[in-house]
Amino acid sequence: MPIPTFSGFGLGLRKPHYADFLETDVPVDFVEVISENFMVAGGRPRHILRKVRERHPVALHGVSLSVGSAHGIDADYLVRLHALVDEVEPLFVSDHLSWSRVPGFNSHDLLPLPYTAEALEVVCANLGRAQDVLGRTMLIENPSSYLAFAQSEMTEWEFLKAVSDRTGCGLLLDVNNIHVSAVNHGFDPVAYVAGLPLDRVRQIHLAGHSRGETLLIDTHDKPVPPPVWALFAHVMDRVGPVAVMIERDDDIPPLGDLLEELDVARTVTSRRLAA
Amino acid sequence: MILGALQTDFRDWLTCGSNDAAARFAPDAQAGLVVYQSNYRAALMACLEESFPRTAKWLGAADFHASAARAIDAAPPDSWSLDHYAATFPQSLAGQWPDDAVAGDLATLELALSEAFVGPDAVPMDANALRQIDWDRAVLTAVPTTRLFTLQTNVPAIWSALASDADDPTPEPTAQSANILIWRQEHVACFRSLAPEEAEIVALLIDGITFAEICGRLVLARGEGAGVQTAGQWLGGWVADGLLHHGAPG
Repeated sequence: MPIPTFSGFGLGLRKPHYADFLETDVPVDFVEVISENFMVAGGRPRHILRKVRERHPVALHGVSLSVGSAHGIDADYLVRLHALVDEVEPLFVSDHLSWSRVPGFNSHDLLPLPYTAEALEVVCANLGRAQDVLGRTMLIENPSSYLAFAQSEMTEWEFLKAVSDRTGCGLLLDVNNIHVSAVNHGFDPVAYVAGLPLDRVRQIHLAGHSRGETLLIDTHDKPVPPPVWALFAHVMDRVGPVAVMIERDDDIPPLGDLLEELDVARTVTSRRLAA
Repeated sequence: MILGALQTDFRDWLTCGSNDAAARFAPDAQAGLVVYQSNYRAALMACLEESFPRTAKWLGAADFHASAARAIDAAPPDSWSLDHYAATFPQSLAGQWPDDAVAGDLATLELALSEAFVGPDAVPMDANALRQIDWDRAVLTAVPTTRLFTLQTNVPAIWSALASDADDPTPEPTAQSANILIWRQEHVACFRSLAPEEAEIVALLIDGITFAEICGRLVLARGEGAGVQTAGQWLGGWVADGLLHHGAPG
């Protein structure tokens, strides 16, 4: 099933802003939530999600599907995600091109994949199963990464294109992740963007990062920096209607600060459209 | 390299820092692997800090972090849910602090409250429903977040002191076995201590029990008048607390 396009500007729903979203009319076109935070039986989290859903379209963004696990994806996880999807009727359902589990172990982190033919088979099989169970096409997000495997046989963008070609999935393009990985691994972010099937991009993440000793770290704890804004402008020249959002997960500022950042995204987008 | 073997090697790096595994990824993998290992441990530490704030206050930050680090080393997470990971911590603490039973008891209480907070929803019985009940047949059932367990120390009093912003002194720990009732009222997870007699009846409420049987048990224990009066008082309290589930047959 093709993923409908949606054009708008949104924010990730985070605890410090629950009251804002429940009590005021926050000027966003959609809200993204971390799926796992709401994959619980009931209580206040599900209540808040229902209330927010009454006001805004909601995108479900997961971190634990583990689409790259050689041993497959967790059946219990899929059942719970399916139940949440049925209740929320989300705009998009997305997760990352990464893995987090082997039998008896879950890292709770987005771990990197070697871009090999074998990994491609694994990702496509797992993603195909997830899409079959959920009854809908998913978006896959490009990750930030801190190591490149010697075993890789193709670039990340070639791998993503192949996954999308074979499974029909759409893409969630995280512009900050492209920048972080480009700096860490020394590739050209423009070549990355050029190698993607941009007509399948449905959502864009904008975020900030930190500088570690030798690597950029995808911390989501700072405003979107200038190089990411520049790459965003480059991307917006080349994609169709998309859902654009600011993704902030740590050192979360007042909602007004994030809305100001979102206004910058609106301005960049309108300038590109005008040009 | 086969993907499954690579992922097992990666797990070994995260949990043990195995350099043998690291060398198989890439010649310059070390810096990146350190970032992944740091992220892995930070996520688990943050989970435990967020799940057990009063236990941390009781132990002090340094001892809590040391205990959490030992728990992370001893038992890596095996579920997609971090809530499931937190569930292993009270037992770990009880083992690490054999001479401080309060640490394990506090963590057990915090975990139970967290589980009730996100437990299944249920419509509680309201006082008006009592008038329409057939008391000979009415089966009373506790809301599905209800749990009953025993703690070995005076943790309820210590909990209240730790929760207070005032500088009230924390009570000295004492060995004082207590039946603890946990449930969720609206969106708030609650607990209270129960005397053994009420705890025995509430244990039966979890699976459902007729009000007639409750009365029968209390009449046997206390006599006709006092037994029926106590049953009525408890019933009123359970309804007021939102402990009883609406919709039981009757």
